[in-house]
Formats: sequence, structure tokens, C-alpha cells
Amino acid sequence: MTDQSPILRLENIVKAFPGVRALDGVSLDLRPGEVHALMGENGAGKSTLMKVLGGLHQPNEGKIYIGEKQVVMDRPQTAKQNGVVFIHQELSLADELSVAENIFLGELPRKSLGRVDWEKLYTDTDAILDRLNVGFNARTRVGDLSIANQQMVEIARALTVDPRAVIFDEPTASLTDSEKVVLFDVIADLQSRGVGVIYISHRMEEIFKITDRISVLRDGSYRGTLNTAETNEEDVTQLMIGRKLDLSRNKVQHEMGDVALEVRNLSCGKLFHDVSFTVRKGEVVGFYGLVGAGRTEIAETIFGLREPSAGKILLDGQEVTINSPQDAIARGISLVPEDRKGQGLVLGMNCRDNMTLPQIGELTSGPFTSDKAEVAIFDKYHDALDIRTPGWRQTVGNLSGGNQQKIVIGKWLSMHPKVLIVDEPTRGIDVGSKSEIHNLIRDLAAQGYAVIVVSSEMPEVLHVSDRIVAMFSGRVMREFTTEEVTENNLVQAISGLSEDRVA
Amino acid sequence: MAEISKAGLSGFLARQGIIVAFAVFMIVFAIANPRFIDIDNISGVIRSSAILGVMALGVTFVVIGGNLDLSVGSMMSFSTIVVLDLHDKIGPALAIPAMFGMTLCLGAFIGFLVGYLKLNSLIVTLGMLSAIHGLTLTYSGGQNMDIADKRGTWFNVFGQGDIIGIPIPILMFALLAAGLGVVLSRTAFGRKVYAVGGNGTAAVFSGIPRARIVFLTYLMSSFCVAMAGLMQASRSLGSQNTVGQGLELEVLAAVILGGASLLGGSGTIFKTVIGVLILGFIQNGLLLMGLAFYAQYVVTWVIIILAVWLDIAAKRGRLLSPIA
Ligand SMILES: Nc1ncnc2c1ncn2[C@@H]1O[C@H](COP(=O)(O)OP(=O)(O)OP(=O)(O)O)[C@@H](O)[C@H]1O
Ligand SMILES: [Mg+2]
Repeated sequence: MTDQSPILRLENIVKAFPGVRALDGVSLDLRPGEVHALMGENGAGKSTLMKVLGGLHQPNEGKIYIGEKQVVMDRPQTAKQNGVVFIHQELSLADELSVAENIFLGELPRKSLGRVDWEKLYTDTDAILDRLNVGFNARTRVGDLSIANQQMVEIARALTVDPRAVIFDEPTASLTDSEKVVLFDVIADLQSRGVGVIYISHRMEEIFKITDRISVLRDGSYRGTLNTAETNEEDVTQLMIGRKLDLSRNKVQHEMGDVALEVRNLSCGKLFHDVSFTVRKGEVVGFYGLVGAGRTEIAETIFGLREPSAGKILLDGQEVTINSPQDAIARGISLVPEDRKGQGLVLGMNCRDNMTLPQIGELTSGPFTSDKAEVAIFDKYHDALDIRTPGWRQTVGNLSGGNQQKIVIGKWLSMHPKVLIVDEPTRGIDVGSKSEIHNLIRDLAAQGYAVIVVSSEMPEVLHVSDRIVAMFSGRVMREFTTEEVTENNLVQAISGLSEDRVA
Repeated sequence: MAEISKAGLSGFLARQGIIVAFAVFMIVFAIANPRFIDIDNISGVIRSSAILGVMALGVTFVVIGGNLDLSVGSMMSFSTIVVLDLHDKIGPALAIPAMFGMTLCLGAFIGFLVGYLKLNSLIVTLGMLSAIHGLTLTYSGGQNMDIADKRGTWFNVFGQGDIIGIPIPILMFALLAAGLGVVLSRTAFGRKVYAVGGNGTAAVFSGIPRARIVFLTYLMSSFCVAMAGLMQASRSLGSQNTVGQGLELEVLAAVILGGASLLGGSGTIFKTVIGVLILGFIQNGLLLMGLAFYAQYVVTWVIIILAVWLDIAAKRGRLLSPIA
């Protein structure tokens, strides 16, 4: 299979944005039937390279070959006509339309007089959905689906054409373990039919499980391609970040103080029921469970975004009512939300203004906002979190996904909260920064912050938490101390074995 | 490096496209008719744009906050009629604050509906456009409103006076633009307006009271309308009930021409001022070229669309693009 000529080839691609050289002469080839990983730190240029291949960006220099033929990818349709389909890092679905309409958008099957053939549309869609083994059907409204299922719709869309190459840009960032299994089956199926797959992810386990070769970018330049079977995590990391990653740091147990946050018998409609827990100063409590287990909803209730139907919230032993995020912020609660694009950032604003938004009212001298105070905050978290951007004036929407996430984290850390809630804090973050963020969370706890970490990644929860709350279907199933917890009993606690997961 | 400087140039064009377009219009008109850049002509254009301009300043806040305001034209008629009527009844010194109070109430009502009740701003302000028109007619009984003693009042300073040779309407427009420009770009409130219009959900997640901010943008808009009504009434000292009719679209055109996005979250006061001036100079230029009055409507809109297209094209880096 290896001596087959490549499906496509990128040659010396250069792409510059104002102030950034995102790609500096990158070459890549994709063979039939292989899964080719593209790796690199946040902002290394992975998505940009794929956008060039997908006809979304025009390169300043360089050539693209499909087979032996040079092709100018002047627009996305050209890529599609050449059998290159692209599943984006950021979802791009129409919420109000059905799954079927989204999948066949722009190419709905027709009957005479241009009428839409709904019968055919729905049967065709259901046939594709069957292959993906998902729990929703062609008529479901996309807005009603979880993010994970919306991702599946994106994937289904790619399968409508007979692709030669499929690009997945961080497809698993918001998928649960069982959904990942389905995705990997889909990839294996594509592979067996001779389709080439380019796979971008920050998760090493996945890379080593499903890919054949790994190409690495650093700061926009090409660093080499390795055969997955002949390399290991350490070498890849070294190639990515140019140094060895220090993972030796052990979890330091530190002094814990009084209870900072207590939640008693809290319920919110059907979302969660009778939830009680405490978080002490200096403690990190991990909330682990499947998507839809009610963890995010609990966080949002504590932050004043939802009204509880029963139960109490106590801060420092005092019962409090929190009616709005303003209340929560005033009482020293911060929430790093799950959806950075929808809830975390104003994409059209610059980096600094996004970071200082919750406290802009305080960053004033006289009636005016103080540039100096704002830039000082940006600089501090820019350095602490190693955010890659040409400067604070850069529009946040132009940052790479991982760097956007770091802006959101910086935004809420800069509030110096008493209680910090982080919901999926490292979604889309590269290995190096991920361990930095984990260390940061531990350090914050050591300084006396009470921290709640909501995560669907077991290694993350195990790594950062002092205590773990396992949830299933809106209920707390069990609490574990670090001594008690094992992967097995944790998995057991979060899975209701007989229940069907619903979207 | 050629390509970096090219990126720099297109970056400049992307940011300042509308100003470039403005310069091009001016040069073309000046070549066509030298009288166009005569100082008296220029001052005349700015002066007659001042009322529209003041209204556009307020609407800029509303649009950046992610909403529309189509009620400003008929609200301006209301302010004008009210202040003229009260002038003779309670004297100018009381009439002015009374008129401001009434106009602000209208703004607060719209702000309440759009901000707190979250009703669609297009529907609300379109409804208010005709509701306020009805209110004005009811108030005036359909009659034109005139000040009885046009010579014996100081009320005409806002529309006709000048200070060291600068017409007061221009001065008011300039001062208000400077003041609101600072509010928008240099205060926490201004930043919150951008955030609410750019991504309302993220603003709420950041602890910004979205409803209150939207409410306040409408209040500011109605304040500017009251100011415009004052200038209008003072200039003519008499008025029809329909004096502001159709201005809402011209105002919106000026704001959009300045580059504010109808989706919210972008735009500046400075750019709105440029938009107002472009609109004013286009109409003046066409007049000087001897174009029939009615044909002007058509040509004005063609030019507006052309300018907006150039602006978007500069942002995309090419004239036609499959993706935004
Ligand atoms: N439209 C744009 N305008 C300006 N700069 C951009 C634009 N798109 C990307 N960049 C910059 O190009 C660089 C590469 O970004 P890219 O999104 O390709 O990174 P990535 O490798 O996909 O990172 P991540 O792992 O975080 O997704 C970054 O520095 C980013 O800020
Ligand atoms: Mg990316």
C-alpha cells in the first residue's frame, strides 16, 4: 500500500496574515487508505493549512496537487469537486433546520418543478445516520442536539459525497468516549475504502491508536513526518514544542481551609435533582460524568444563570441567593463556560477587551477606562498562559482555537475569584499548555481558591482533583477521594447501564 | 518584504475603506465642479447635515448594541412640534426641558420593550414610527405649528446663531460627536454596548446586564433626537407635523455607510460622522451638477450601495467572494 502514489500533495505552502506568518513553506502528502495525523501547538498553523487545502484561504505561495494534477483551490466547492471534504473545528450548522436539511444543504433532492423530495431526503439521511449509529433521526431539529451530536451531523454531511480525502479538525474535542468509538469506526470504514484521512487532535492516545503517520508543525513551519508505529509520545511532543515536557510533577496535597461553597439538595427542574456537595478553600473538586449528566447545569445555577427549583447555596457558611451572573461575580464566583465561541468570547472584539470584560467597570481612572490597567492584566495572563497572538489588538476570532480558550481562562482568573468553576477547561488545548493549565489549577488551589473542574476527560479529572463527584442523569451517584478512586469504579458510577442515552 | 507591505496596505484599506471612498467622491465631485470645494459650500453642507448627524450619533449606539431604531424620524417631528407649541405656552426656558423629558420617555418606553421584554427591535420601532406620528398629529390637531413672535425670541440661536463665525448647529454636532465618541470608546458603558451587540450571550456570561444596556442605548438615541428636534425647531421657528419623515432611513444609511454592521458589535462615532458627511456631500454634489431633485434619490442610493460594497470588498481582499 505504501508504494501507491499519494492522493494529494501540498508543496511549500506559505500563508501570511497581517502580523503573523501562519504557514512558512509547509509540505505534506496523503496516501490512499492512511490516517495522517497533523500535530502542533495551539497556533502552529494546523487549521490554517487545512483551510488552504479546503479552499477557504488562498496561500501566498505554494502548490496543491490532487493526484498528479495541480489544482487551484479557489473556493470550497472546488475542493469538494476534487473529493476533499473538510469537517471543521468550529461547528457551522443551521440550528433551525432539521438534521436532513443541514446534511443536504444546497443539494436537496428534487422532484419535478423544483419541489423538494422530502421522502428521499429523509430516507437518504437516515441511511447515512445508520452508518454512524447515532441516537437521533433525520427530522430532528439541529438546535435540539447536544454539541456532540451536532458534530456527528457535520460528519454525516461529509459522507454524502464519495470523498477521496476527509479532513477532521479536532473532531473529538467535544465527544464522549462512546461517541469517539463510533467516530473511529467511521474512520476505519473510510480507510478500508481507500480514502485518505487527515486527522488533527491534541490527544495523544487517539493519535497512537488510529493514525499511520504523524506530521508536526511548529510556529508555522514543517518539522517532519514520523511513522506512528516507530515513534512515541515523548518524541512527538519534543518535535512539537522543541523541548521535553515535564510531566513529573506530582499532585501536592496542601492544607485545606474552611468550606467555601456548599450546595444543599439543589434541584433544577428536570436537569438535576437533589444535588449536595461542598468545596473547601484550597480544594479541587472534579465533576465527572457523561455529556448531559447535569454538570454544566449545576455550574450555571451556581453562577446565577438558572433559577434552582429547590435547595440552597451557601458561601462561607452563609446562605445566599444568586439571581444573576452579576450577583455571582460580586460574591467572588467565576465560571469558565463550556462553549467558548457562544458563551466565552465576543469574537469580533480584541484579545484585551475580551479578557477584561467582566471587570471593565472597575478598570477606570475617573470616568474613563484605563488603558494601562487593562494592558497590565492582558500582559500578565498573556505570559502566564503563553497565549500566542501578535498583540492585544488582535481580534479574538482570528486566534487559533486553543489560544481562544486561553483568553477565556485568563479572563476569569484575572477576577481573582474565591470560587472558580471551570467547565471543560482544556478542550482543544495542546499537550504542553494542558499540563500548564493543570498545574495552574493546582497552584490556585494551593493559594486558597476553591475550584470546581467539570470535565469529560477521565485523566484530567483524576489528575487535578482532590475529590471527585460522579454524576449520572442529573444525580450525584457517588463521591470519591483520591485514595478510593479507580478508573473502573469511576466508569461504573457514571454509567446507567440500562438507560439509553438521549440527545 | 513585498508581501508584508502588501498585507499592510490591504490591512489599511480594510480598516479605512470608507475614508478612501470618501476621498474619491470628494475628488471626483471637485473636478466636476470646483464650486463644490468652496469653503462656503462646505460649511453649508455640514450645517445642513448637522440635524441628521446628531440623530445618527444616537442611532450608532443602538446599532452597535445589536438593534435598529426606525422611530427616530417621527420622534424628531414630535420633539419639534412639542417644543414649538410649548414655546408660546410656557416660554422657551421651560419648553426645552419639558420637550427633552417627553422625548426621553418615548425612548425609555422603546428601550423597555426591546431591552427588558426582549421584543424584536425592528417590529417595535417600526410600530413606534407610526404610533409617534399619530401622537404628534393628535397633539397638534394636524395643524402646522408656528411661534407667534418670531423676532422677539432668543430661541433661534440653536438653529441660526453662530459663535466666532462657526454656526451653532455645526458646533452642537461637533461637541456632541466628540462627547459621545469618548463615551463609546473610552468608558465602561461603551465597551459593554460593543459586547452586548457583538455576542449578547457572552456578555451575560460576563456579568453584563444586557437588558439595561439596550435600554440605555435607546435612551441615548432619544436624547439625540430631542437635540435634533431642538435644532430643527430653532432653525425654522415653525414646522409641519412631518418634518422628520423619512429621516430614519437616511440616518440608518449614514450609520451603515460609516461601516457599522447591522448585526451589531462594530462601528464608531468617528465613522458615523464620516458617513453623515458622505451622504451630505453626495446630495450637495449632485445638486451642483444640476441633477433633478427626484433623480437624486436614485443616485444617492446607488452610491451608498457602491460605497458599502467597496468597504466589504476591501475587507475580503477581493471584489467578489464566495464566502464572507
Ligand atoms: N483570519 C486570520 N487572521 C489573522 N490571523 C490568523 C487568522 N487565522 C489564523 N490566524 C493566525 O494564524 C496562526 C495559526 O492558526 P491556526 O488556527 O492554524 O492554529 P492551529 O494550529 O489550528 O491551533 P489550535 O490547535 O489552537 O487550533 C495563529 O497565530 C492565528 O492567530
Ligand atoms: Mg485549529
